[in-house]
Amino acid sequence: MGHTKHNPIIRAIFNDDDIVLDAVKDLRANGYNVSEVYSPFPIHGLDEALGLKRTRLSTAAFFYGLAGLFFASWLTYYTMIMDWPQNIGGKPNAMWFLNMPSFVPVMFELTVFFAAHLMCWSYFAVNGLYPGAKAQNPDPRTTDDHFLMEVELEGEETDLTAKLQELGALEISKIEA
Amino acid sequence: MHYESPIRNPLILGDKSYSDITNDIARPVESKAPRLWWIAFSIAFIMFLWGLGCIFYTIGTGIGVWGLNKTVDWAWDITNFVWWVGIGHAGTLISAVLLLFRQKWRMAINRSAEAMTIFSVIQAGLFPLIHMGRIWMAFWVMPIPNQFGSLWVNFNSPLLWDVFAISTYLTVSAVFWYVGLIPDFAMIRDRAINPVQKHIYKILSFGWGGKAKHWQRFEEVSLVLAGLATPLVLSVHTIVSFDFATSVIPGWHTTIFPPYFVAGAIFSGFAMVQTLLLIVRKIFKMEDYINIEHIEMMNIVIMLTGSIVGVAYITELFVAWYSGVEYEQYAFLNRATGPYWWAYWSMMTCNVFSPQLMWSKKLRTNLVFTFVISIVVNIGMWFERFVIIVTSIHRDYLPSSWSMFSPTFVDIGIFIGTIGFFFVLFLLYARSFPVIAQAELKTILKSSGENFKKHHGDHGTH
Repeated sequence: MGHTKHNPIIRAIFNDDDIVLDAVKDLRANGYNVSEVYSPFPIHGLDEALGLKRTRLSTAAFFYGLAGLFFASWLTYYTMIMDWPQNIGGKPNAMWFLNMPSFVPVMFELTVFFAAHLMCWSYFAVNGLYPGAKAQNPDPRTTDDHFLMEVELEGEETDLTAKLQELGALEISKIEA
Repeated sequence: MHYESPIRNPLILGDKSYSDITNDIARPVESKAPRLWWIAFSIAFIMFLWGLGCIFYTIGTGIGVWGLNKTVDWAWDITNFVWWVGIGHAGTLISAVLLLFRQKWRMAINRSAEAMTIFSVIQAGLFPLIHMGRIWMAFWVMPIPNQFGSLWVNFNSPLLWDVFAISTYLTVSAVFWYVGLIPDFAMIRDRAINPVQKHIYKILSFGWGGKAKHWQRFEEVSLVLAGLATPLVLSVHTIVSFDFATSVIPGWHTTIFPPYFVAGAIFSGFAMVQTLLLIVRKIFKMEDYINIEHIEMMNIVIMLTGSIVGVAYITELFVAWYSGVEYEQYAFLNRATGPYWWAYWSMMTCNVFSPQLMWSKKLRTNLVFTFVISIVVNIGMWFERFVIIVTSIHRDYLPSSWSMFSPTFVDIGIFIGTIGFFFVLFLLYARSFPVIAQAELKTILKSSGENFKKHHGDHGTH
């Protein structure tokens, strides 16, 4: 959702999640480009109203988990079967597959370990979140009880501000691109 | 879309707005610590220091300073380990399993329950580390190439499975907790006036701004983490029970152990959540958020899991008799009527009889009663682990090896120290972290807040 470089942005502040959601739907139906909404909590249905695509993080997590499973299989094969095979409690160790039942717990744990941690790292990376990063929200009230909407200005400014006021915006300001 | 059946009780009491939630949850972080906090912190810190001294004494002198002997070579250390890991389980159950089941009441308690999980798993992890004796060799449990040619760790051993299970559990719980904390740290950052405080919360909040796409990812990540944490939490206590179940000691060699341990873990963990939250809601005046509805729900879980544990105890006795193996039969007869009968019957009273009182609605909505039972349950669960561990091994196959276990002051000191350490961490958390997941809580205000529900009731649905 990058802004187009040349258009100024109109920022409107709201104080209710339902009003914001209706406003987004209304503006988009009227051909405006709502480029961003900052909210203190997730608003159900806002991503669809904004036309956001589904996130692929869960798909990524599946492959991360698969990587963990393969790593655990390789690790147990290499250490227990190939590098230094030992007869432990009479468990068959001629083939990895025969000894595999006792590796299931470790294979499961490493699957979860890889999936969870790599997914969280990806989440931080794609969101640009890291320790000490500058606050992304332009107005500190958006983590309390206010909602900030950014709309690209393409036509007349007065039309858009009038529209926003009609939709329930409390404050409206203009940011030059 | 914000409608919820009027039959369901409100989860947020009083006439709250979004901003009221922000203020109420930021207050403990922004205000001075109450006197009660300082008293509790001092006591916990002294206990922690005492435990630390006992740990140093153990490492400096050797495991011989514990009460272990040739027959009873596992006692309080493993009892405490299993007890603490079990307590941790409720946090994940609340944050992950109840998320999957879309239980809204979890939102008031999940943050503190997860904090409890992390802090209690830290306590649990200390015991195997100390018991290694040479703690500086602890990294040998990891499969790291080494100069012994390479001599690897044994992936057939349940003790190694435990290493992987506990470390995965601790780290995954920590990231799950932290992902949820980021928006709430941002809330504190945005209202902080003190520059030092603002800077600390700026670092902690990772720059969170609440963009629409980020919230979408946040919800997806929370859901997937819940989906991963649910089988994880079940696997952890299953694997802990394998430490015993895969051995050939009568009383340990039991296929019923995994579900039995998991139920016991949830049982004791919910009791610990009750103990902690009854104090937190009182000290920080959070009664509107953690109200009688939440406490009753948790008491029902305690009653249910307590009953499962009771069934497991009785099944164990039945199977011991039905197996026809005299050693197995003796192990259980000895538990109930042998020299440790008092431990067995304490366990039975605390874990099987006491939660049955929760069938009474009057009792399970009574705060004092709940608090007492929550402590009784955790005493009972400590005895459960003690009974399983010590009574099974104190009678060997050779009667000449029969012995008893008596803890030394070091055993007791380390246990008390971990209780102190746990409360030190929890009390620091309660003063510096948002103790309720406020961003999530705001999403249910309109459907489950008392004022909004009343409004729906007056004007019908819309």
